[in-house]
Parts: sequence; C-alpha cells; structure tokens
Amino acid sequence: MNIPSNLKYTSTDEWVKVDGNIATIGVTDHAQEQLSDVVFVEVTVSVGDKVAKKSTIATVESVKAAADVNLPVSGKVVAVNEDLPQTPELVNTDPYGKAWMIKIEMENLAELDNLMDAAGYEKHTKE
Amino acid sequence: MFTPHTDADREEMLRVIGVHKLDDLFADVPAAHRFPLLDLPPAFTEMEALMQMEELAGANETAHDLACFLGAGAYYHYTPAVVDAIIRRGEFLTAYTPYQPEVSQGTLQAIFEYQSLIANLTGMDVSNASHYDGATATAEAAVMAYSHFRGKRTRFILSPSLNPQYRDVVKTYMSGYEHELLGCDSEPLGKPNDLTALLNDNTALLVVQYPDFFGRIFDFTALIEKAHEVGALVAVAVNPIALGVLKTPGAMGADIVVGEGQPLGIPLSYGGPYLGIFATKKEYVRKIAGRLVGESIDGKGRRGYVLTLTAREQHIRREKATSNICTNQGLMALAATVYMSFVGKSGLRQVANLCYQKAHYAAAQIGKVPGYEVKTPAPYFHEFIVKCPKSVEDTNLHLLDHGILGGYDLGKDYPALNGHMLIAVTEMVSKDDIDALCEVLAEVNHD
Amino acid sequence: MTEATIYEISSPGRIGFRYPACDVPETPLPAGLIRADLPMPEVAELDIIRHFTNLSHLNYAIDSTLYPLGSCTMKYNPKINEDVARLPGFAFSHPLQPVETVQGNLAMMYELQLWLAEICGMAAVTLQPSAGAQGEYTGVLIIRAYHQSRGDTKRTKIIIPDSAHGTNPATSAMSGFEVVGIATDSNGNVDIDGLKAILDDTIAGLMLTNPNTLGLFDQNVEEVVRLVHQAGGLVYGDGANLNALLGIVRPGDIGFDIMHFNLHKTFSTPHGGGGPGSGPVGVAKHLVDFLPTPVVSIIEEGDEEIPPLYGFRTPEKTIGRMKSFHGQFGMMVRAYTYISMHGPEGLRDIANCAVLNANYLLARLRKTYHVPFDRICMHEFVMEGHLADAPEVHALDIAKRLMDYDFHPPTNYFPLIVHEALMIEPTETENKQTLDRFADVLIKIADEAKTSPELLHDAPHNAPVGRLDEVRAAKELVLCCWLPEKI
Repeated sequence: MNIPSNLKYTSTDEWVKVDGNIATIGVTDHAQEQLSDVVFVEVTVSVGDKVAKKSTIATVESVKAAADVNLPVSGKVVAVNEDLPQTPELVNTDPYGKAWMIKIEMENLAELDNLMDAAGYEKHTKE
Repeated sequence: MFTPHTDADREEMLRVIGVHKLDDLFADVPAAHRFPLLDLPPAFTEMEALMQMEELAGANETAHDLACFLGAGAYYHYTPAVVDAIIRRGEFLTAYTPYQPEVSQGTLQAIFEYQSLIANLTGMDVSNASHYDGATATAEAAVMAYSHFRGKRTRFILSPSLNPQYRDVVKTYMSGYEHELLGCDSEPLGKPNDLTALLNDNTALLVVQYPDFFGRIFDFTALIEKAHEVGALVAVAVNPIALGVLKTPGAMGADIVVGEGQPLGIPLSYGGPYLGIFATKKEYVRKIAGRLVGESIDGKGRRGYVLTLTAREQHIRREKATSNICTNQGLMALAATVYMSFVGKSGLRQVANLCYQKAHYAAAQIGKVPGYEVKTPAPYFHEFIVKCPKSVEDTNLHLLDHGILGGYDLGKDYPALNGHMLIAVTEMVSKDDIDALCEVLAEVNHD
Repeated sequence: MTEATIYEISSPGRIGFRYPACDVPETPLPAGLIRADLPMPEVAELDIIRHFTNLSHLNYAIDSTLYPLGSCTMKYNPKINEDVARLPGFAFSHPLQPVETVQGNLAMMYELQLWLAEICGMAAVTLQPSAGAQGEYTGVLIIRAYHQSRGDTKRTKIIIPDSAHGTNPATSAMSGFEVVGIATDSNGNVDIDGLKAILDDTIAGLMLTNPNTLGLFDQNVEEVVRLVHQAGGLVYGDGANLNALLGIVRPGDIGFDIMHFNLHKTFSTPHGGGGPGSGPVGVAKHLVDFLPTPVVSIIEEGDEEIPPLYGFRTPEKTIGRMKSFHGQFGMMVRAYTYISMHGPEGLRDIANCAVLNANYLLARLRKTYHVPFDRICMHEFVMEGHLADAPEVHALDIAKRLMDYDFHPPTNYFPLIVHEALMIEPTETENKQTLDRFADVLIKIADEAKTSPELLHDAPHNAPVGRLDEVRAAKELVLCCWLPEKI
C-alpha cells in the first residue's frame, strides 16, 4: 500500500496536500483498494463554493460500494478536477496524482493539526 | 397447508438440534406473551377456500359483466392470452430479485427488454425496471429532481390536470423535504401556457400529464422550452397506450417520463398490482431511483445481463440513498414486456386508434343527447368530460341498472366540476354499447 | 446459453396479434401530434412463447429448487392463490367503481385488515403500502405526524441497529430524519448500554427487526421497547422476519407501536422476480388516526338479515395517500386465501417448521462453517463464508459454487456486521431430504475449498452464464436495445 510521506491524512481515507494556504484533496490508495474498481466519481461542489469542514465534496462508486469524500478543512473551492468523471478508473491507478478531486483555499490552517501524518495513517489502516 | 414434515422427521431433526420439543426453540421469546391463541377462523381446505373466494368474487359486478366507461387512471383493455401464459410460469413467478445474475438471466433479460421497449415507446434514452405505479413513479420524479438540485431548488409545479391521486402521492412523498407545491389550485381546464407564470429559477420540476386527466392532448414543446430556460426539469406523465399513435414526450424535450403501465396487459384487479413507468435522459441515469439492468459479458465472452449502478441503492448507500425503493413491479413489468412485444408495432397502433375513434364517436353521440354537453375540446385521446343534467352519482346508479359502468365523478376532486363526468372509452366497448349508453343517458334526463 | 433479444427476433411486417376492425365512423388523428415511427417488435405468437419460455429456463426459482435467501422467505407459493387472483370478479373490478358494486372486494379487504391486526396484536391495519419499503415509509411518516400532532417538534432522530436492512435508514432519511446507529452486542442483541446513552428527547423512534437479520430473537426486546417508550419515542417493527413469529408472539403484545407486513414473504404471495410486493402496516391504538387514506371500513352497519355495507374512510389525521387506489389488491387476495387455509394452528405450524428447519441446518453446518452468534436461531441464521484452511476462498465463491449443485445461493455479504456473511433461510416448506442434500453439498464445498479452490473461484461452471463483468456493465451502461435500423 502506497502512503506518500509528504501528505496528510484523515481517518476516513482522504489525503490532503498542502501548498501554502491551498489544499488539494483526494482519496487514498487504501480507500481505492477497499472500493475495488471505481466506475463513477461525482464532485458535488463547484469553484467558488464556500464549504465547511466535514461537508461531502464528492461521491465515489464502485460496483459494490459507494463512499462519500468529506472535506477535512473549511474553505473556498478554487479548482475542481473536471476530467475525473470521464475517467473514474484514475482513482484506482493514480489516487495521489491524476485523481485529485478539488483544491481549496483554506480558512483556518489550524484545522490541519487534526490530520494524521503518513506513519499515523499507516497505523490507522492496520487497526 | 404446505409443511412437509412427518412426525418422525420432526423428532429426528429435534434430536440433531439437541432439544426435546419444538417449544424449546422459542425460549428467547418473553414467556408472558408466548404462544398467543389467535382469534382466526379454522383452516379451510383448498376446495373450501376456493368456494369462499368464488363467493366473494361473485359478489362483485365488474367491467367484465358491465359495459365499462370508467377510466380516470385505470383502464379496461384486452390482454392477449400469451401474457398470462408467460407470467404464470413458475420460473418467473417464483424467482427472487436477480441479485445472482448467473441463475437469473431470464428475469434480467426480460427487464432489459422492458427497459428497451419503454425507452422506445416514450422516446427517451433509458428506463428503469419500474416503480410501484404511476403515482409513485411521479413522486419518485419529484424526489429525483429534488436531489438533482441538491435541495437548492424547492419549487415543484404540478399541473391541475395531473391525476389528483398522483398529486396526493407527490405531496406525501415530499413531506420530508423542504419544498413548495404549486399549480394544484389553478383553473382545472386551463392551458399548458397558464403554468409558465409559475416557473422561476427556484423551480426544480414541472409535472404535466399527456393525455391529461381530462383526456386532452397538448404539445408541450413550448412549455418545456420555457421550463428549460429557467433550468427546471420537466416530467410528463403518460398513458402508454396513447403513445401507440401520439408524438412522444421525448420528442417534446421532456426530461422524465412517468406513467401508469397498467393498460399494457395488466388486469384492473381493483387497483393493483400495477406498473410505474419511469424513463429519462442519459444524463440523469445515475439519479434514477430503483433497479436498472445493463448488458455485459461473462469470462467466455457470452452476453449476459446484470443489475447495474447498484451503488445508488438503499442496500449499499443506506441513509445516503435518494430513495428507499427495494422491489420493482417485476412480474407486472414482465406482463407489459410480453404485451408490448406481442401486440407490437401494428397492434399498438391499432389499439390506440380504436380507443381514439370510439371515444370520438361516443363524444359525438353523447353531445347529441339533450341535456348533456361535452366539455373537452378536441383533440383528446380516449377520455372526455361530459356535463350531466343530474348528479353524476344518480346518473351512474341509473346506468348501473342497465348494465353500464358509468364514468368518474370529477366533482370528487374538483369542486368547480361538480356534475361533470369523465368518460373513458377503450377497444372493449362496441358501437352498440355506446349507443346503449346514450339511450340510458337520455332516459336519466327525462326521469 | 444465450437467447436473442426481442428486437433481434423482430421481423419487419410480421404480425402476431390483431384487433377487430373499427365499428364506428373514423375521425382523423390530430395532425402535428402524431408520432413518426413506432420502433416496437414485430413477432408471431409462437416467437413470443418460445422466446419467453427459453428465457424462463435461464432462471432458478422456488418451483425448481431450494432458494435459501436469508431475509427473503422464499417459501412455496401455492398455486390456488394464482387461480383465485384471476377470478373475473376480482381481476376485472375497476378501483373507482361505486362501493356497492364491489362488496366482495371490500369485505375481503376488511377481514384481511382484521386478521393481520389479530396476528400481530395491533389495533388497526392499512393495506395500502405497495411493498415493505413503502410500508416502512408509511410507518416513519406516521411517527413524524404523531410527534408533530403533539407539538413535539424537537424529535429529529431515528435509531437504527447496525444489523438493519438498508431500507430502514433510507426510509428515515427520506422522511427527514437523522439516522443514529446502534451496535449489536456479543449475544446478537441490541446493545442496551449503547441505547441508554443515545436516548433523549430528540429521539422520534427506533426501528427494530425482530428476529433480527442474524436470525436471532432479541433477548432484550422488552427492555428496548420500555426504554424507547420511556424516552418518549415510538418503536417500529420491521416485519421482514415475521414468518418466525406466527402464533409464537405478537409484536403488539411486546409493545411495538407500528409494524409492516410483507405479504410476499410471510403470506406466500409470489416474489415475481423482484415484485410486486405488498406491505400493509399495523398500528397501535394511539396511531390509528394517522393511517394513510383510505382505510376500508363499515360505512353502514348490517343486521341479521342485511350484511354491512363496506366502504372507504379517511382517518382524521391521515399522513395522506401513499399510492394510487387501495394497494396491491391482487396480493391481498392471495394472502387472504393463504391465511384462510391455515387458521391459528396452521400459522403456528409455519413458524414451528421454519424455525425447526433453520436450526436443523445450523446444527448440521456449525462444525464446518463458523457461526459468529451461535445460539438457537429463529427462521434463519448467518454463518461465515470463509474457512480458516482455505484463506483465498470467499463467501461469493461458495455462493457461486452452490449453483453448480442446482441450489440457489443464500444471501451473501449481509448483514454487514458479519464478516463474509452467508445468510440462510430455508423456510418451512422444504422437506428434510432437501435440507440434508443442501447441508451435504455445503460440507462438500468446504472440502473443495481446501483441495481445489480454483473450482470455487471459477464457479459457476454449469449455470447458463459464468460470472459477468459488472465493471464493464457499469462503465459502458448498455441499458437498452433498439431495432437494428436505429443502431
């Protein structure tokens, strides 16, 4: 299982890449393994939306399961991956790269403190 | 009774389980309430049960014995014998939902064909495997529109000439969602364009009926365009038989087509089980509630069918699902599939034309009876409104005495239409029946 | 083996069915409102019969084999039911006929309401809901209306055990409630301490399936009901598993406020490949006024000479209408016939044999398969479809391998709280020989799992098709076929 060390993680299997006050969000390799073949991704927020922490920003579906992607930090949506709905299999093949879901301008950087680092997440997935 | 065990079987099984007697299996049930004596009649044998049921059925007078001019949402049509011959087959009748595709290809392919036939008939891209009936299909369209806009649009406009029971069910289904329902109080015999004033950018869904509850047929193309201009969805509730000749809602630009599938080979059966038609455009396919069957292949490349997009459904999404629907009307969908396939291209045109012609003849003849006035202007399909000189209830009692099942009393739903009867004519009534109806109506007026 | 689609069989110009000629003068159809083409099949009568007969042969069904789907109650569906539902007096009655002309229907419905109320210890029953899920919807809307009528508007949550059917949370959400989950304890009962911790004045009610989806009668049920009532909530009973309780215990006597029935499970109406169902709802005395409209009632009392006049009534605080007309009437006719052929002793024997059969299978299988909540079960039980000495074999493989032995698989991967669940409900209509054959096959498959696991991975080998590519189906989304010219 791939858990890049430069990212932060949630207990519900989202990853967050921090770049200044911009956070990029997607789902982890572990999440895609659990889901199996992803057949559908819908991002349910648009650029410009102000979204609170814990809101659902996307839905990911495989043939046997569905998962909501929840926002770990509050802020304003500045970019949405428009290609993902046409190529949902990217969630399986490149979860940390081409399968990014949204970019958000964070309101409160302190919210990042609640997230896990790679080691913490690895431990979490084994529990 | 249908339990097969002999006393010896029971004893042997209890021994294997390791208990002494049957009652020991129920030790977890609270003792104070265990084994109640039920106050029910003693058991009948099959012969006795059949006699009892024949007696009950015999106490009814039905469309089978009477000349039927009653419609208003349920229609008496002829069902070819092949339909029942197929749906009585145990392999269809006693199978469950096709969750195990390898041993359910019969059911799955039949649903796939049902979806295809409905899409073709309505002029839409996709159909689901069916809802409970026309009313609940309409309510599911409202729920779908609500979730399509993620609750951000809250206005729902229901045409006043949408079947009143459909309106009631939409109201019940929407009671758990923030919304406003408009249109129900508008002038019942208004025109489609009257509804444009209610459209705004908060409108999620507009629902119209085609032919409408009063039998009228309108081209909704312009109305649908106006709804689309404000970004709203439009659902059209149809009578599938009318689509044997009429322009499809798909051709008018409808986003959703719902309807009562009962006329497609399903008996009146006092209101159910019926069939809820639900079809839509490709772009909304993932928003559809209920089952969908899709084509695929197995490991050897053989074509086969599976339930697909199941991640939308309640058994996976639980409280996040947009509908709780679990069953479809599987057997009724099969009946409609056999009916549409067998009656087919020429038969569907014929039956639609017969309904249309007989209705127009009936309206023309009733219009000639002193005291009666046909209130539905052409064009209409197989129902029309007649203003009666006496109360509809009395008129119908009189008709009944002469072996005629009269029309629906519109005053029950529309106070403005007190004394107005909705008359339905299908291929099941003959010219003689229509002429007899006119004679008795003349008599009622003279009494 | 595959069968051509109806559109592939269609042949331009072929006519299967003819209507009589029009016997009235014709009026032109409305110009501008006529469809250009009608892309429907053109086939002969024998084409139709062969096509659908061939399709039927691709199904497993109760009439041909054991169909032990847990929670689905796939019992034998008596043939007499099909005959009575087709009696012309029932089949051709129009739902809007004057009530005076359909007293046979209404008398039957009235009595069925009384019988169902008696069987479950409820004060009144509505026959309107179309299926179990709509019965739940009716019940939860009643819960909401009840609290609202008392001005108790802060009750916004419904408690649902983690073992519940997916329809329970979906229904609650549709009705505007927030869903609060509750765990199952190590004995397979609702966790009482967990329940106490979440009960307060925001709880509208609790939905409970009892016997639960583990097939176990909740040993705490009276305490659960007492606690929910004490907190001001109502208790909803999911009647999916009522088959085990007929003549054994009445949910109303334990204190359930509302419950639904599945006529297509407990009362033998056919499943029909996924429906129609029928989901009447029973309520206790304090909820009678909230039932959906209409309810069948006596509108004029009879006397010694004249029978009563049956008709419809709208309850005072009704939640409204759930569907067109009066419910899945044809299913009521079948259920009524079924109940009248059983009587009190016969119903009790159904539960006895359903529970006997499940426990017998459990006894025969527990040495081979792990049963996580292992005690006397009711009408079904859940075992793990995963064997310690065959780690690569999953519940799905076992399910598919059963097909090769001509058995329909049990429900799998449900309930979610059991790892690799196989949920087995034999029903009361299976004889001992069939149960023994099924147990023998499952034991043999466990052996195959160790010695030749590939046999299971590649199963089924003898079914009409092999495992289908579900990813392809979901991605390519071929949901319809069309006449050749359109392609």
